[in-house]
Amino acid sequence: MAVKGVTGKMTTMKAKPISRRRWLQWTLVLGAAAALPGRVWATLVRPDAAFGATALDQALAALGDAPSAHEGIEFVTPDIAENGAVVPIRVAVDSAALPNVTKVSILVEMNPNPLAASFNIPPGTEVYIETRVKVAQTCTLYAVVEADGQLFMQSRETKVTLGGCGG
Amino acid sequence: MAGRIKIRAQKKGDITEVKALMRHPMETGMRKDEAGEAIPAHFITEVAVFHGDQTVMQGHWGAAVSANPFLGVRFEGGEPGDTVRVTWEDNQGGTGEGQTTIR
Amino acid sequence: MPRGYGVKTVFLWSVCLALSLGAARVPADGVFDQYRDLMGDDNPAVFVIDEGEELWFTAQGPKSATLEACDLGLGSGVTAGAYVRFPRYFADTNEVMDVEARLVHCMTTIQGRDLESVTAKPYSLRGDLGTEIEALVTWLAAESEGETIAPEQTHAAEREMYVLGEEIFFYRAGPHDFSCATCHEQSEMRIRLQSLPDLTSHAGAANAWGSWPAYRISQGLVRTMGWRMRDCFRQQRWPELQMGSTTSIALQTYMAVNAAGGVMSAPGLKR
Repeated sequence: MAVKGVTGKMTTMKAKPISRRRWLQWTLVLGAAAALPGRVWATLVRPDAAFGATALDQALAALGDAPSAHEGIEFVTPDIAENGAVVPIRVAVDSAALPNVTKVSILVEMNPNPLAASFNIPPGTEVYIETRVKVAQTCTLYAVVEADGQLFMQSRETKVTLGGCGG
Repeated sequence: MAGRIKIRAQKKGDITEVKALMRHPMETGMRKDEAGEAIPAHFITEVAVFHGDQTVMQGHWGAAVSANPFLGVRFEGGEPGDTVRVTWEDNQGGTGEGQTTIR
Repeated sequence: MPRGYGVKTVFLWSVCLALSLGAARVPADGVFDQYRDLMGDDNPAVFVIDEGEELWFTAQGPKSATLEACDLGLGSGVTAGAYVRFPRYFADTNEVMDVEARLVHCMTTIQGRDLESVTAKPYSLRGDLGTEIEALVTWLAAESEGETIAPEQTHAAEREMYVLGEEIFFYRAGPHDFSCATCHEQSEMRIRLQSLPDLTSHAGAANAWGSWPAYRISQGLVRTMGWRMRDCFRQQRWPELQMGSTTSIALQTYMAVNAAGGVMSAPGLKR
């Protein structure tokens, strides 16, 4: 069940130490954000409480008020993952169905810390995330989005299998 | 080695699709080594994607993002030849950076 | 020597054994299609390919030499298309070698490095970013991407190695009386949801040989075929399979020859 390695053209650069250039770049980002009209810019501050939460309801509470399900959120996870270490997921929100989404968070119910990732979506960026998360055991995954200060969500169960001979 | 990012950026209709693969162990801090000692947590905490000097995505990550993380995003606009950059910081003060041009 | 095992492990092993022997011929095909589809083409093995290439061109050892003078069978420094001709006989060592053994030979002779240190830790432990051997093998396999699998079988020693490999493949041993054939002689078998390729058949062997080395999701590492066989030995409760041993080379020869005509698509992506 092989999958070909990537053959598309790519470029890489090696790691650089935190540099003045990078600091300037963050300053530019914050400056640009401050200049945006209208829409409230999602905070760049890391939601530590949410990441530190060890139970789903704790993590959700730290993100905001109880989320309600919304059909406009497309949340794709595998029904069954070959291995829980790498579970590919995709979140896509149609801005016509659910406008003004500024944040997308991914939670895995049975992980030691359910919040896996939280993305800030600036204007001009599609509400679209593809990433890969660790899923400790078969459970429900959640995509929680924030729009106009309210939380909405979709959820899916992903089964995690043991390997051939228990590994 | 640590810090590397492989990025593909492609114009598709009105949007640009970016796919980035990052070299990082994303250690949770919960694993033990052969001697039974806990391996320290080592994971990317902040990641950002830029189109020119515009931030197109900014994310906070926990250790539950898979090792050698993958990130796919899409933004409006972008033209072939434009620069797309991805940067990250981890919990141990490490950083990574990579860039490519939109095809 | 096989390690001692606790009650739980023996129980799990018995269950596994029961499952494998009692498994119906239900193919696991399709179960993970959606998973693979969502995964897409982005395989972290691409980093390891780069790392292997860098290592090839990095001067190391007391002789402060790169591996550019290493002859992988197609001439000094020729890496494109070399992997698919392994295992093969080398006149300079008068033995049949697999890629790993040949790399070790080049590291010790061309770079002057100490054999003990080069072979001390051939395979990564989880959490490592990979060993030199793993990275080099991954790059060399990628240098044969798309090529036809064609292990050399012109020399008598090469053909003898195939016969030996076949013998070992069917040899039952260890506390559970397992051979490679126990799991890999029939088609459409599986253990839990992992397909068990029939390595006696061309199709099964070609798919296996062509897709390793592979990024192993469960380990976050690229693993070589040599490692994969070593892990089979561990699961069979056989003694540890040493990298570069005659046993390892013989089994790889058996698989590669059965795979001949297939196409290299490594590095692959595996559970």
